[in-house]
Amino acid sequence: MEHLSYTVTAPRAAGGTRRQAIIGVVASGNLEVLAERVLATDTCTVDIATAARGFAPVWQAVIADFVALRAAGGLRLSINDGGARPDTVALRLAQVVRLIEEPEA
Amino acid sequence: MTALPSGLSWLEASARQRLAALLDPGSFAEFIGPEQRERSPHLRLFDLPEQFDDGMIVGRATLCRTPVLVAAQEGRFMGGAFGEVHGAKLTGLLRAAALLGRDVLILFDTGGVRLQEANAGELAISEIMRAIVDLRRAGNRVIGLIGGRAGCYGGGGLIAGCCSALIVSEQGRISVSGPEVIETNKGVEEFDSRDRALVWRTMGGKHRYLIGGADGYVADDPAAFRAATQSALGRSPGLDLSMLHAEHQRLTRRLARFGNARDGTDVWSTLGIADPDAIPGLADDDFRHLADACREVADDAR
Repeated sequence: MEHLSYTVTAPRAAGGTRRQAIIGVVASGNLEVLAERVLATDTCTVDIATAARGFAPVWQAVIADFVALRAAGGLRLSINDGGARPDTVALRLAQVVRLIEEPEA
Repeated sequence: MTALPSGLSWLEASARQRLAALLDPGSFAEFIGPEQRERSPHLRLFDLPEQFDDGMIVGRATLCRTPVLVAAQEGRFMGGAFGEVHGAKLTGLLRAAALLGRDVLILFDTGGVRLQEANAGELAISEIMRAIVDLRRAGNRVIGLIGGRAGCYGGGGLIAGCCSALIVSEQGRISVSGPEVIETNKGVEEFDSRDRALVWRTMGGKHRYLIGGADGYVADDPAAFRAATQSALGRSPGLDLSMLHAEHQRLTRRLARFGNARDGTDVWSTLGIADPDAIPGLADDDFRHLADACREVADDAR
């Protein structure tokens, strides 16, 4: 397993009021993302445990795109990855941000 | 949790999607959620990926306003297999149910015990079976729902055998030894694991319903599982010696009646089904109509 950790400045704060959200499963070509609203609203961290070694530059690029496009400020994102492709990672990141924005039950 | 659009396939859904679609909207409260990161202590020794909930989601909820405790396995994470944490979460839930006097729903989706933590997994299976028996003897129900991709195999099949009632879809499979295990041990002449139609004729939901191995047969749809679960929650609970005696007699009769069958179709023919070859192709409602006229009766004690 390779462990990667990124702290980035997020231009937009995450919407909604939910404290956490989780999406995806850890399987071949898939990943889970746990989002927790625990940080300052201009910061986003991403901690990754991945079965596929040597893709740090790709992760960095996907995360840079993600914080530029989505409202991710204040979120600590934790990822368990089973070797997902970058498009799947981008999809799950978008989904978890959407999920944490949903009104609370 | 969020409500999902109807038309969701139970087979295709994740464990969390199944819970959201099965239970009353917004009623699910998770115990030991993913934010607690209670992961397997063993997988890292094998350099394998972990999941924050270890593939087992447990909590409390209501179903049609009846309070229940509920557990769901994520069949896509390590084949839904039981490990130390995965199993302990279900054991704890069942013991909590005994203290609270609650019925329990188990959404099975498992290949059995996780090979990487086999001893812990096997111990968990026996603890879970004991906890189910204790809970049932105290007058509570344990209802198993089976229709996931991994089926319900190995120790999961043993646990299912201890439940008060099982609800299965056509896609669901229930057994202890899986097709590959049988082929490896007994040879391809005994069981060809690549013959998927054979797997479903001998372990699939339709066959299990016909021989009384499952109490409810439903479409691959959370709404159908929900209705059947509500019905199962209304049945009288309990487990005593006379029920076990009756169950053993039923199993003895089953062996005498079907013991020489080579295939599911032989069993169905013995049941009096005129065209057994047509069974796999029947639509759910047509099948249930036909099956209810000739199936072996399921028994509370399994």
